[in-house]
Amino acid sequence: MLVRLSFIFLGVSGIAAAWGGALALLTVATEQAGLPLGLPWRQVLLHIDPLSGFFLFIVGTITSITACYGPNYIKEHIGGPQPPGTLTFFTGLFVAAMLFVLLATDAFSFMVAWEIMSVSSYFLVVFEHHKAENRSAAFLYLLMAVIGGAIILLAYGVLAAFGGSFSFYAMATAQLSPTWATIAFLLAFVGFGMKAGIVPLHVWLPQAHPVAPSHVSALMSGVMLKVAVYGFIRFVWDLLGGILWQWGVLVLLIGAASAVLGVLYALMQHDLKRLLAYHSVENIGIIYIGLGLSMIFSATGHTGIAAVALIAALYHCLNHALFKSLLFLGAGAVLQQSHHHDMENMGGLVRRMPVTAICFLIGCISICALPPFNGFVSEWLIFQAALQGTVLKSGILGAMIPVASAMLALTSALAIACFVKVYGVIFLGRPRSRQAAEAQEVSFGMKSAQVILALCCLGFGIFPTWTVIAISTIPEQLLGTGLAKAAGNSWLWLTPIDKQTASYGAPSVLLGLLVSWLIVFFFLHPLKRDNRIRIAPAWDCGFGPLTPRMQYTAASFSMPIRRIFSFVWCIFEKTEPAQPGRGPRYFIKISDWSWLVFYIPIGKLLLQIAQRTSRIQGGNLRVYLAYSFFTLLFLLWVIV
Amino acid sequence: MLIATLSLPEQVVLMLAALILLSSFLMLAQVRLDSMINTFALQGLLLFFATLIMALISGKYQLLISAALTLFLKVFFIPNKLRGLVVRLDINREIESITNPSLIMLFAASLVLFSYYVALPIRALSLLATRNTIAISLAVVLIGMLMIISRRKAVTQVVGFMSMENGLFFAAVVATCGMPMVVELGIAFDVLVAAILFGVFFFHIRTEIGSLDTDRLNHLTEVEK
Amino acid sequence: MNGWLFAIVQTLCVVFFAPFMAGLVKWMKCKLQNRQGPPPWQPYRNLLKLSRKQVVLADTASFVFRIAPYVVFSVTIVAVSVVPVISVQLPTAALADVIVLVGFLSLARFFLSLAGMDVGTSFGGMGSSREVTISSLAEPALLMAFFTLAMNASSTNVSTVIAHLSQGSLILYPSLIFSSLGLILVAIAETGRIPIDNPATHLELTMIHEAMILEYSGRHLALMEWAAMLKLTLYSLLIVNLIVPLGVALTLRPGDLLLGAVSVSCKLLLLALFLAVVETAQAKMRLFRAPQYLGLAFILSLLGMMSHIILEVR
Repeated sequence: MLVRLSFIFLGVSGIAAAWGGALALLTVATEQAGLPLGLPWRQVLLHIDPLSGFFLFIVGTITSITACYGPNYIKEHIGGPQPPGTLTFFTGLFVAAMLFVLLATDAFSFMVAWEIMSVSSYFLVVFEHHKAENRSAAFLYLLMAVIGGAIILLAYGVLAAFGGSFSFYAMATAQLSPTWATIAFLLAFVGFGMKAGIVPLHVWLPQAHPVAPSHVSALMSGVMLKVAVYGFIRFVWDLLGGILWQWGVLVLLIGAASAVLGVLYALMQHDLKRLLAYHSVENIGIIYIGLGLSMIFSATGHTGIAAVALIAALYHCLNHALFKSLLFLGAGAVLQQSHHHDMENMGGLVRRMPVTAICFLIGCISICALPPFNGFVSEWLIFQAALQGTVLKSGILGAMIPVASAMLALTSALAIACFVKVYGVIFLGRPRSRQAAEAQEVSFGMKSAQVILALCCLGFGIFPTWTVIAISTIPEQLLGTGLAKAAGNSWLWLTPIDKQTASYGAPSVLLGLLVSWLIVFFFLHPLKRDNRIRIAPAWDCGFGPLTPRMQYTAASFSMPIRRIFSFVWCIFEKTEPAQPGRGPRYFIKISDWSWLVFYIPIGKLLLQIAQRTSRIQGGNLRVYLAYSFFTLLFLLWVIV
Repeated sequence: MLIATLSLPEQVVLMLAALILLSSFLMLAQVRLDSMINTFALQGLLLFFATLIMALISGKYQLLISAALTLFLKVFFIPNKLRGLVVRLDINREIESITNPSLIMLFAASLVLFSYYVALPIRALSLLATRNTIAISLAVVLIGMLMIISRRKAVTQVVGFMSMENGLFFAAVVATCGMPMVVELGIAFDVLVAAILFGVFFFHIRTEIGSLDTDRLNHLTEVEK
Repeated sequence: MNGWLFAIVQTLCVVFFAPFMAGLVKWMKCKLQNRQGPPPWQPYRNLLKLSRKQVVLADTASFVFRIAPYVVFSVTIVAVSVVPVISVQLPTAALADVIVLVGFLSLARFFLSLAGMDVGTSFGGMGSSREVTISSLAEPALLMAFFTLAMNASSTNVSTVIAHLSQGSLILYPSLIFSSLGLILVAIAETGRIPIDNPATHLELTMIHEAMILEYSGRHLALMEWAAMLKLTLYSLLIVNLIVPLGVALTLRPGDLLLGAVSVSCKLLLLALFLAVVETAQAKMRLFRAPQYLGLAFILSLLGMMSHIILEVR
């Protein structure tokens, strides 16, 4: 009962946040409010403007929808080893901290809220702490969150040193030399990038997301990563200003690398939630491509195109929040029913869980950036911005940007491969395990959350013009130009640059699809003819009945891509020939290069340093007293 | 400079430049020796046409001699010589495995961008309409070098070397309407001698180490392993 | 209003012409190989026959399997409707630009591959796996080629690009040559022709497209096959009108339209002959040679883009 109540409160707070955010975005309002919290001599100021309003809308929407989903999902934990109370408490704290990050108006409260967000999500990740795997994943998450937080603090420190105060207002007016600005930018890029999960700082994502409860994964992947993107946008566009084009190139390249590597790693995963986590890396990469383009264009004075790119990135934030939450909620439903994390044990769920299957299909189409759903619109906008690269004077940039967009094309094509695999192996075909064969459709609350998100995916895909016009208040605030011509003709057409350059009429496209479908359908189904469908077993080539083991598995489906892009992974493959008593066996282990290249050497180095420093721990009491004595002397010297 | 403002022969030269770059990429991608030599001959032919057109539009008729030299040396003599070598050494069916062809191709593509970047200041010095091709010829040189680095067989390395020379020659022709005649004749003679010397060396390498795989020359190191 | 009517009529014409195009290629190929061969209108007979037959559905097939033919077919129709065939004055072309067009084809492919996975036989999965692999390599090359053309005309709208290319005097764009070569290579791969896939065979270990639609029958199969023929026609139209925009009408005047229709028919005829010659001269590649083939397509498109930037603009 208490659990249910807490989720109701969570939903109400989400709706309130979404409402407030939407109001701020649509009315271009800037409101401030003081809170009697924090240090006695300084009131905590809250501030809302279109940028934070937009992200408030994302956080609020996803929170309220997951609140529908949560109560039934955590039912199985009631009476379990872990009390659901911790889960609900920390979920609430987590959401509150995220909202507070968005509303903070000085670095001090921003950092406090940021750290509360990290720590509370740590407790959510470690919720099922009886498994050792979960504990190590959560520790990695906490470690990277703490390091990232420290780096962000340094970035704010640079700004505060020049601005003279921790308030965002003072920072925005600070005058920085290009060197210090670049240092501040790099610190912010790494710090926020660690939370957002860009390559090679992404390693915590695929560890932490699969072990958290699914609605928490939806919140973390769908929303928390966006909060990191918000922090980056706020820092670079609003506080730092004076963007250099070199920064944009860095962001563009890292974004493209994250997108391609994210989807390639995702293709090789068989754990559904880990696969989705790698897709978060991919989508964050796409968002960063948009941001990088926007930085390049605004640094070279083409603010109109910079606005298109920024809108594309923000639109993709919204879209990713919607479809990734949808997919995580669907994954949660599938896991709850099939009790398997591994895709190789699923199959045929479309017949057992039709509503989840349809919603998941919509999520897949959206994340693959296929028209007429929402993911397509934002990628289309990024392509449009990239194709304006010819206006740049520098030929190198002019060539690099189309190549980056070709990488984006590769990403979306590989995403299609990945989600055909996911959907085909999990929902289609025959069940590969007993649990999958006995799965049931999930409860009403869980279904309705997914249906709402699926409808949102469709709605934001069909009516992009209104969305773009609403978002274009943000570039007006940050860059000084919006998109005047976005709805040049009418709301039916999206024309980001110019009517002649490119246009996309999403509603008419959907209409055309439906009309041609209906015509074809009635053409092939004349009323008088008997056209009943005969159901028969599939042809087995005369070799006896088909079994589920004859189907393509997830590993075999991705084998051609594994072979073609084999240099991307660290693959360990072993085949054991058949022996008496058992058939041949095949092992494959695919790991992430970034562990080998970055993290294991760093870990070893740290361990060595720790061993060196451990020598000062002599164990002798007098030595310890000597340490304190000399510290005291030193401090006295410093004070005087 | 917009291409639409150029005259038709100049456009043809630009087109030939692009095709020469393409032939470099094709050579980089070939795994069969005979098709690689054919591609090299094709590059020579394209070079011949480019020189011919440059001679006609600039009115510097000594370029015609260079064109004739190109046609003779790079389309007929050297490819034939190489083909003969391949037949005599009986390595016609040998297929050279390239490690990671796609990565090498991408690297070559980025070399093109890099040479564009490098050639920007040089380009400003030339007044010819076809000066944009300097970047292309530099890229051809660099790709030839990449070919020498990425291949193991001596024959392919020699083709890479020749294609580097093609790039230099192309740069001289299109950017400055040719080098002084003495220099050009000297270079042509050098290439000829190099081709013959390489032919001799092939036999020596072959008899000494029993293969044309230059990685086997690693054994000559004095460092104790 | 006139324009919209024209667009609808044109779309219907292309849809009903598509089987003839596929049959024509087959017929020419047979003639070149000194075989009798079915007449070019044979595909119409096949489609008619299939649409009358009863549908036999596998007992493991789900709703995805049943809606896939309709989705694939109607998406391809919408894709066809945005390509200017005989005139650039096409109101539907503004609905969707080149990128949306690629998106449509991907959407069709997505459902086609899902349908292959649905029944749970090994062939379907094999076909889907290969299809998504090849198309994921082909798509960057395709978009790169389109981008080069789009940068030339500084527009991604197909009509605008064609109008831009057909106006003015003859200019030799090196980029155009490269991107059209890339486009042709990709089109051959995407429409499942030799050397990537063989549309004429059901040989188990080499098939791609046929493996995915192996479980279909009756009208579902008719729709799938018709969609494949439409895709072939769509790519052919794109190639002939983008590479040789000669004769495409710039207005909606009857005289221009007639000229446009005649020129498009001639160009398609030549392209069909070209395809037949290529398919006669080439053998099918091993599956793992396909990455090299598509890598070449990508390099060509990339070179096209670079030569646009290096040689043409500055």
